[in-house]
Amino acid sequence: MRTPIAYFLVVSAALFTIGSVGVLVRRNALVIFMSVELQLNAVNLALVAFSRMHGSLDGQVLAFFSMVVAAAEVVVGLAIIVSVYRRRRSADVDDVNLLKW
Amino acid sequence: MAADWIVFWVCAPISIGSAIAMLLQRNAVHAALFLIVNLFTVAVLYLVLGAPFLFAVQIIVYAGAIMVLFLFVIMLLGVDREERLVERLRGQRTAAILLGLGVVGEVVFAIRAGVGFSTRAPAGFGAANGGGNPQALGRLLFRAYFLPFEVTSILLMVAAVAAMVLARRRERPVASAERRAQEPIEPSEPSEPSEPREEEPVG
Repeated sequence: MRTPIAYFLVVSAALFTIGSVGVLVRRNALVIFMSVELQLNAVNLALVAFSRMHGSLDGQVLAFFSMVVAAAEVVVGLAIIVSVYRRRRSADVDDVNLLKW
Repeated sequence: MAADWIVFWVCAPISIGSAIAMLLQRNAVHAALFLIVNLFTVAVLYLVLGAPFLFAVQIIVYAGAIMVLFLFVIMLLGVDREERLVERLRGQRTAAILLGLGVVGEVVFAIRAGVGFSTRAPAGFGAANGGGNPQALGRLLFRAYFLPFEVTSILLMVAAVAAMVLARRRERPVASAERRAQEPIEPSEPSEPSEPREEEPVG
């Protein structure tokens, strides 16, 4: 493999940052959720790259577990968003201020 | 010119570009489609890194199941509404972008210090992948990582139950229909007051 491992790590860092900027900037709860998915994916990419670098499969197993956790998180999160939407008629995170003092 | 070099330089710009495009889309459906593109390119990068099993799982689970779920919810909530562009906190967007650029710079610096930009992967990945990548992963999962694997199954079950509980409506249309069918039809009986549909506290 000719590509240095660090290049994959840089792509991963860029995707993670784009995801976190999305979480900070966007208002739609669904798009914020997609940005969280982007962050999880970026970390998975870093894990797989490290697994390749160290020549062992443990990083891939960890990425696999992280995918499973991400799937569970999406299911619960989308259910919460649907539930909030039924109450507030809006998926905007600024409208959800029940816990704000 | 090595093949993985070409594939990387094709996929990485598409991946980052689609992620940025996802951020800039005001329509949630378009954002989801760009996210699918991004997930596919990340899957191809997994393939370059010698993880064909994760490549398949990424496409099936992420680009398939999770994104279909996202699109379902977007359609359920209505696709026509767009975000307000007024900032609630002044300067939040600029600050977020500047801090993001700072984080990228910092992480790139850390990668240069920790890994180095000339480190190439060792050639001996075939030894870890003995008998094929899925087989090796399965051996690892069912031996060294057996307990986490089982805990994962419990987690998935809890998540499914939680989704059903959270997304359930308060009123039970089947039960009320049965009750109405059993009751004799009496037009003089006052109809029961319509309950507020959502009593369940959110969160």
